[in-house]
Amino acid sequence: MVEFGLLQNFGFDVLFKGSNMLRLLQGLWVALRISLISVALSIGLGLIVGAVMTLKNPVIKAVTRVYLEIVRILPQMVMLFLVFFGTTRIFGWNLSAELSAVIVFTFWGTAEMADLVRGSLISIPRHQYESGAALGMTLPQIYRYIVIPQTVRRLIPLSINLITRMIKTTSLVMMIGVVEVLKVGQQIIEANRKASPNAAFGVFATVFALYFIACWPISLLAKQLEKRWKDA
Amino acid sequence: MDFSVIAKYLPLYEKALLLTVRIGWMGIFLAILIGLLCAAAIRFRIPVLSGIVKAYIEVFRNTPLLVQLFFIYFGLPKLGISVDAEHCGMIGLGLLGGAYMAEAFRSGLETVEVIQRESALSLGMTERQAFFYVILPQAVSVSVPAFVANIIFLLKETSVFSAISLMDLMFTAKDLIGLYYRTTECLFLLVVFYLIMLLPASVLGSLLERRARFAGFGE
Repeated sequence: MVEFGLLQNFGFDVLFKGSNMLRLLQGLWVALRISLISVALSIGLGLIVGAVMTLKNPVIKAVTRVYLEIVRILPQMVMLFLVFFGTTRIFGWNLSAELSAVIVFTFWGTAEMADLVRGSLISIPRHQYESGAALGMTLPQIYRYIVIPQTVRRLIPLSINLITRMIKTTSLVMMIGVVEVLKVGQQIIEANRKASPNAAFGVFATVFALYFIACWPISLLAKQLEKRWKDA
Repeated sequence: MDFSVIAKYLPLYEKALLLTVRIGWMGIFLAILIGLLCAAAIRFRIPVLSGIVKAYIEVFRNTPLLVQLFFIYFGLPKLGISVDAEHCGMIGLGLLGGAYMAEAFRSGLETVEVIQRESALSLGMTERQAFFYVILPQAVSVSVPAFVANIIFLLKETSVFSAISLMDLMFTAKDLIGLYYRTTECLFLLVVFYLIMLLPASVLGSLLERRARFAGFGE
């Protein structure tokens, strides 16, 4: 009885009513699905754009530079508004909120990923290539056995961190009307306003914990890999 | 694009910018303060406190600001802890930023090798002198890039304040679009005003980064 009283006072009791907890988890999945699709696209595109950025062509350099700066300076929320409200108005097409979110997060994630790829590629010192050549290796061999293994070791922890950043940023989609975990939380609180006036605490504490549970293991993995590969 | 509309909306955006900047910089100031204290607690291995600080850093680095703000603004009042929207924004930004700043300062302190302190001591410096003249300057120069990146990141994060009904730039833009349906003009102003806020910070940041690099060790 005492425990039940505690649950009620802190508003955790609504989570056990009906399928509320399940609905919250489904809301989390909506957000996670958007981030996972964007992460997959960003990593793929970012690898290509990052490799292209190491080319010496001045036009390519200027274009990618501008792209990076735009992404670095504009908040993701502004980009969401531009795509969701702006492009639909100007070009007259119809974009669902979820599709706009995927477009924005991919546009942003690709730039971040490309920057990481470029950084790891140019961090391999020249002498690594030259030593390989001096040992009689061909260019594909140099890449296969020397450059790519080192690049990948630098890249993987950083890109895992990017994944957690993208998951966290996905919480913004609520602001353009996607019904994800925060929105579901608000609905649950509204629906139980009378029966459980303290639901706001319990529900938002749970959402807080859910995001932490989603991101923390990924961050730990990144930290572990970084530590393990540091001296390599 | 209708420029008379833009002229009409300009004062509203100016007001919103001032609010965003004010809360943003207060939050960042708070973040730096929290970051310094946390980094110190970890560095000097203060018993219980350093454990709490580490947990705090992990929790706030692995959750989105929007969720933190919802929890502080809508959740905490149920426990009797009420804060108005402006202070909630500052505190939220400060707590989020504090965790990131603490990491930046801590990793800066960590990269200074033990031999630096030992050499300073063997030259007859006291612990205090070794810390302030030898370790701290090197740590600061290592921390600067992360510090600058964090400030830009926090300034960008201010864009979620509209969720707790602060009349910031996003709120103003969304409100005006809803009222008058002047989407193009509103979004144009939104981008311009974010550039006004973020471009100077970005330029100053890269200047600071370039200056600090000369103090780097071993380059």
